[in-house]
Amino acid sequence: MAIAKVCGIETEYGIDSRGGAEKDPIAASSVLINAYVNEISRNVGWDFEDESPGRDARGFAREGAGAPEVETHLVNAVLTNGARYYVDHAHPEFSTPECLDALACVRLDKAGEAILIRSMAAAQRVLPAGQEIVVYKNNSDRKGNSYGTHENYLMDRQVPFGRIVQHVIPHFVTRQIYTGAGKVGSEVAGIDVGFQLSQRADFFEEEVGLETTIKRPIVNTRDEPHCDAAKYRRLHVIVGDANLAEVATFLKVGVTSVVLAMIEDDWLADRDFSLASPVQAMRRVSYDLSLRHPLEMADGRRMTALDIQWELHDLARKYADDRGLESVGVEVGADLLRRWEQVLSGLETDPSSLAGQLDWVAKHRLLDGYRQRHDLSWSDARLAAMDLQYHVLRPARSLFQRLGTERLVSDESIAEAVTEPPRDTRAYFRGRCLQRFAASIAAANWDSIVFDLGGDTLHRVPMMEPLKGTASMVDALLEGCTSPNDLLDRLGS
Amino acid sequence: MAEREQKRRPASTREAEVVEETAPADTTQGDKIKAELDDLLDEIDEVLEVNAEDFVRAYVQKGGE
Repeated sequence: MAIAKVCGIETEYGIDSRGGAEKDPIAASSVLINAYVNEISRNVGWDFEDESPGRDARGFAREGAGAPEVETHLVNAVLTNGARYYVDHAHPEFSTPECLDALACVRLDKAGEAILIRSMAAAQRVLPAGQEIVVYKNNSDRKGNSYGTHENYLMDRQVPFGRIVQHVIPHFVTRQIYTGAGKVGSEVAGIDVGFQLSQRADFFEEEVGLETTIKRPIVNTRDEPHCDAAKYRRLHVIVGDANLAEVATFLKVGVTSVVLAMIEDDWLADRDFSLASPVQAMRRVSYDLSLRHPLEMADGRRMTALDIQWELHDLARKYADDRGLESVGVEVGADLLRRWEQVLSGLETDPSSLAGQLDWVAKHRLLDGYRQRHDLSWSDARLAAMDLQYHVLRPARSLFQRLGTERLVSDESIAEAVTEPPRDTRAYFRGRCLQRFAASIAAANWDSIVFDLGGDTLHRVPMMEPLKGTASMVDALLEGCTSPNDLLDRLGS
Repeated sequence: MAEREQKRRPASTREAEVVEETAPADTTQGDKIKAELDDLLDEIDEVLEVNAEDFVRAYVQKGGE
């Protein structure tokens, strides 16, 4: 039986400075995040004990991969909603806490946007008049530099990694038809394309690998579970776009969760959608706005991205009837299958009907309307500027905000998620401890909290089970505790 | 493949019926959407960056991940 598809999204935001503000992106990111955390409360730092980004899911470690590739002197905060907010390379990065299902993930992803917007406002208050730090939720600067939006999914360690690779690659290549955030032009030399579905397709060069910054692979093999490694793996997915449209994020995370549950239960054992050339297919799908271009399959068949998604959808329907959708949430799963079908039908009959649901369609409709009105070619700088402006988080300048796309979570619910952790994963314990005992917490990370009670030793509370530490499990315990010492006594640490 | 065709045929029949019943409403809906886009394009110049070329040129990021 598939295990719960606990999930999360890490987003590296684009960052720009205006009016003479700090141009160095690392410094600007620090100013931005510090401005936010200084305004909210005491800042609890990240604990790097658990980091091993060089470990490979295929069963080996890269030489010299022991040390984390992170700049530990930079701001790196754990928030009371259980999220991590930090400077990664040259970008502000927000990692949602662990979410139990795709809808919760949409909510926390939007809370992340709200936090970045609040951070811009907070930075404005500390910067000299006229200076501004501006963030973008996109994945490319249109000059060949890309930064990532990564998804994470909890998987059963017993599932052979090769099986995951075989079945997930065709899904990752073809899901672009609804996950793409749209991009004007291409960043590959010699490619002449007016508008493409995805921000990221230009940047993938390998099928499988450990890298994330060069020779990017469709399946990333980073094996860093941040929980009990004997039982679980965390599938680290680097192939996706940053989405602003809630339905697009819901489908990106939700459909992938269902596909992974099917892989876990070996539901796809007698089906093979292996592509003859997955890396080439990534771009073919992204460059094909007609959605009718067939892809060469390894067995010689030809199928479109839509064909493959329909097949996966039909298999998922049967899987749901036969095995149930507990692993992705019963209600969320039912809504997911319905929306997946609606979106595939819409893409098949009239993609423009999905301008309220999908980023690439919403962006294309707006830009193409502008292009036709002013009789522009796709290479006109005004369209490239609109492409960037679709993703900017400055409320007054955001083009996305003006498009009125369909909402799945309310503003009130998102505002609550800015400070409150999800109730149904271990993020709850992390967030509540930070709310109650921040002054006694030396550091925290995904799978532990380190308490400093003033004595000679620090006390690490391990949280190796992503589904332990939920509200129903720890509320009574936390309510009964008057101090962190009390909590540790009761936990038996 | 055969299974998919079988499964989807009833769905498109249903869809066709719905379209027929609500055809006038759909046209109105289509007009409304087009009018909304026109309104948006009318007002968008106020929001767009004044110098598109400079704006695009100045947006340079370091690779991440």
